[in-house]
Amino acid sequence: MRLDELPLLTVLIVLPLVGAAVVWALPRAARARARTVAVTVSLLELVVAVAAAGAFDTGDAGTHQLLETHPWIPAIGASYAVGVDGVALLLVLLAVVLTPLVLLAADRHQGGTGDRLQHYLALVLVLEAFMVAVFAARDVFLFYVLFEAMLVPVYFLIGAFGGPLGRWAAVKFLVFSLAGGLIMLVAVIALYLQGPGGPQGFLTDNLTGLDLPVVGERLMFLAFFLAFAIKAPMWPVHTWLPDAAQNATAGTSTLLVGVLDKVGTFGMLTLCLPLFPDASRWAAPVIIALAVVSVLYGALLAIGQQDLMRLIAYTSISHFGFIVLGIFAFTSVGVQGSALYMVNHGLSTGALFLVAGFLVARRGSQRIADFGGLQKVTPVLAGTFLVAGLSALSLPGLSTFVSEFLVLVGTFARSRPAAVVAVVGVVLAALYVLITYQRLFTGPVRDELATTRDLSVREVWVVAPLIALMVVFGFYPAPMIDLVREPSLVTLDQVGVPDVPGGTVVDRAADGGTDDGDDEGSTR
Amino acid sequence: MTGAYTAVGTGFTPPDVDWAPLAPVLLVLGAGVAGVLVEAFVPQRLRRPVQLVLALAATAGALVAVAALWAGVRDTGGTVVLGGSMILDGPALVLQGMVALLALVALLVVADRGQNGEDAFAPQAAAVPGSQYERTATEQGLAQTEVYPLVLFASGGMMIFPAAGDLLTMFVALEVLSLPLYILSGLGRRHRLWSQEAAMKYFLLGAFTSAIFLFGVALLYGFAGSVRLSVIAEATATTVGLDPLLLGGVVMVAIGLLFKVGAVPFHAWTPDVYQGAPTPITGFMAACTKVAAFGALLRLVYVVVPAVEWDLRPVLWAVVILTIAVGTLASLAQQDMKRILGYSAIAHTGFILTGVVALDVDGVSGVLFYLLAYGAAVIGAFAVVTLVRSVDAQGRVTGEATHLNQWAGLGRRSPWLAGAFCLFMLSFAGIPLTAGFIGKFAVFTAAVDGGATPLAVAGVVGSAVAVFFYIRIVMVLFFSSRSPEADRVHGAVTVVRSEGLTTVAIGLAVVATIGLGVLPSPVLDLVGEAARFIP
Repeated sequence: MRLDELPLLTVLIVLPLVGAAVVWALPRAARARARTVAVTVSLLELVVAVAAAGAFDTGDAGTHQLLETHPWIPAIGASYAVGVDGVALLLVLLAVVLTPLVLLAADRHQGGTGDRLQHYLALVLVLEAFMVAVFAARDVFLFYVLFEAMLVPVYFLIGAFGGPLGRWAAVKFLVFSLAGGLIMLVAVIALYLQGPGGPQGFLTDNLTGLDLPVVGERLMFLAFFLAFAIKAPMWPVHTWLPDAAQNATAGTSTLLVGVLDKVGTFGMLTLCLPLFPDASRWAAPVIIALAVVSVLYGALLAIGQQDLMRLIAYTSISHFGFIVLGIFAFTSVGVQGSALYMVNHGLSTGALFLVAGFLVARRGSQRIADFGGLQKVTPVLAGTFLVAGLSALSLPGLSTFVSEFLVLVGTFARSRPAAVVAVVGVVLAALYVLITYQRLFTGPVRDELATTRDLSVREVWVVAPLIALMVVFGFYPAPMIDLVREPSLVTLDQVGVPDVPGGTVVDRAADGGTDDGDDEGSTR
Repeated sequence: MTGAYTAVGTGFTPPDVDWAPLAPVLLVLGAGVAGVLVEAFVPQRLRRPVQLVLALAATAGALVAVAALWAGVRDTGGTVVLGGSMILDGPALVLQGMVALLALVALLVVADRGQNGEDAFAPQAAAVPGSQYERTATEQGLAQTEVYPLVLFASGGMMIFPAAGDLLTMFVALEVLSLPLYILSGLGRRHRLWSQEAAMKYFLLGAFTSAIFLFGVALLYGFAGSVRLSVIAEATATTVGLDPLLLGGVVMVAIGLLFKVGAVPFHAWTPDVYQGAPTPITGFMAACTKVAAFGALLRLVYVVVPAVEWDLRPVLWAVVILTIAVGTLASLAQQDMKRILGYSAIAHTGFILTGVVALDVDGVSGVLFYLLAYGAAVIGAFAVVTLVRSVDAQGRVTGEATHLNQWAGLGRRSPWLAGAFCLFMLSFAGIPLTAGFIGKFAVFTAAVDGGATPLAVAGVVGSAVAVFFYIRIVMVLFFSSRSPEADRVHGAVTVVRSEGLTTVAIGLAVVATIGLGVLPSPVLDLVGEAARFIP
């Protein structure tokens, strides 16, 4: 059988589930090898994902490829339909890249020992299957089912393996997410009834471009958007994220913030906009305002945090503001920027959470005030944290810069005030990253920290791939941009907004921007 | 009255009865009668195995009979038997099959005597709680087996209830199913006073609503000159000037049915009876009574109500919204597992009612699916409750540990049992990939399609609130650990081994909950084909 005949996406979904079953079924004697087994499965998954990327025709990235459609529940119009365009493929790759690192990072600090570690690893694998499936879903019902069902493994990951308040953080996370999801359910039903119906009535393609009544469309848009805004999370429905990140293990937070929350912004981009174009245009000004508030609010609160994990969570709220801003600016550059931002933020925040997790494991405390002067004791740890931090403030030369620049350029072309105010967020980012670095790593070495171990080989292997990817795509973002350019044009076409005339010029400016990145990087 | 019951001339003409469609009901009721004879003539030590085999064979046989009748009903749309007193159409047959199936699973839990050889039932229901006689009976390990025929009689009534073609048959079925349940509720081996209080409360309120139901039947007879549902439905189109009789009658009959399903404001008995009744019986009631009563309610609503829909709509909508609100909000404050499940039963009644008042064909199939999904999960959940027991100071296993705090950390000690319970909670909460989600999706779709979007919105808001307490239970099970203090206040807790029967029941419930959640197509197609009532 040739490679492109294999149902690659289904393999990508089933493989981690099988892996999870294997990890759970390991006999007591083999339990010590649980992590090796899990990492092997996730690396196998990575190989399949790379094969899928190879089978994907980049020249036609705006079309959904690797499609599989089978009837699932014809009685209610649901199909098992999967397929990816450029954006979805990037996010699938992100999930598949982050999972092995999270599994490798799992130890007694991040998941526990013996039985508990085994459960942790298996749950992460289950989550990986859901993450791949949700980005690949091409059926609104299937998407909804996965969107909700993936909450369960996360709930257990936060509640059972997190800190002392983990169980309440888990409940808060679940109640927030489900509340949004259930309201979305009514809209999902209403949308189906507006569509062509029949056994394939839930296929995204069959629901795109419907002629919806104005009020109905707006209500449905709001219901979808609310669910995604909670997920993303945006101000003012973000309050669950800092609690969850504070109490979950670093690995869980990596997947939660790095990948899972992207389902929110991914949903806005691939469901809200194409399904409800008129309502999207109607709501855009308010959403842009909310996004700008998120950018500033997240950044300001990050500066004020005492807890390292909460700090990273608030920086992410700021970053999600940028992503939403780019999506609702309705320029091809902005949408491309947001799509890239989703991936780059996953790499950057993933690195931050994982390194912070190593740091916390050494000190046994998440309070920033408990650290100081570690740079002299643990130079590698300090260095990796600095690079991860610099990526969070979008230093040119790192991949996050490209996406943040594109978002701001795209927004500027549509709404100058929003872009100008959002730029303040960039300045604040420099503050929260550098101040934190200062408080953690510089100054006199505290006595109790004098014997802190530096990163072990295993830990270096966890962080190194992320930093390598950020540097590579910081200097040479073209492969990623190729994947998101076509989808962004398709999206704009579906929304029915003409691209801003300067779009092509801006495209060139974007390329120029990355060149700048080269210069900066080489001088550094 | 008309047809087969009338004496013609001087001689009596025996009615021409088509027995085949009655087979499921006759099997179950016949086995009930045989069970009474077993009590009288079979020696004590053989009674339990004989009764158990008889009961399981009867329910399984009923299921087979339903399956055998299915092809005919699907092709013809159904038959009217006993001169119109019973209607074997798609919904009736599917509901009968569901009652038989759920009763079969519930019987497994009823029969289980666990590791210490005692079932959940009092040796002598009539004994005064706390009396010397009762103590002696308990010490000697007396166990009675009359629960089996009682369960069979109740099941038989439940199978007639949704198939009743006239209101008098419906009333008789209501009594046939209710009277055994009153007795069964009072049979609890532990907490005798609670159990007897539950039985008394259930009986008094039940008798009261039966009277209201009967009065409604009288009003409808006054309106249409018949108690036959089809005649009443025809009369709604032709008779003028008697609307008060029609409205009053329909409302009173509906009250009788809403009482049985536990809808607000006729729900007050539910938490008390659920808590007081022996837990296996609670599971049986929660699943099967709901199926039967919703079946009858569907028939009433779809055959008679369309004519008066506009008059009744505000009332029905108010009932739905109130039921959801009271069920979800009240359960937030509960600490007792059986009461939580009781209030959650009220909330689910509300969710199912959104599909009933939708008044379209999808509504019927959605309700049927929901009832099956809910029935599987609720029998499973109560089956788990029967296994989690308190331990007294001497280390003897006593009654069920129903306080929420006593369940803390169960997930660490008995992961499989706690995992199954957690799955049932997720199904109640309507998390996708469990049966509960598909059920909710089906009834809410029907509600939106039938122009009752506000009800669907009320349903999802209620579900969102309900998620909190289901998830709280999961949290207690898996993320909390047992505190010595809780053990001191509520007593220590252990999980007893079942004889295997309860384990099988829980296993079946788990398989149904996952199966109906991941691959619901066969069942959805089945209930979709069965969704048409014949008048």
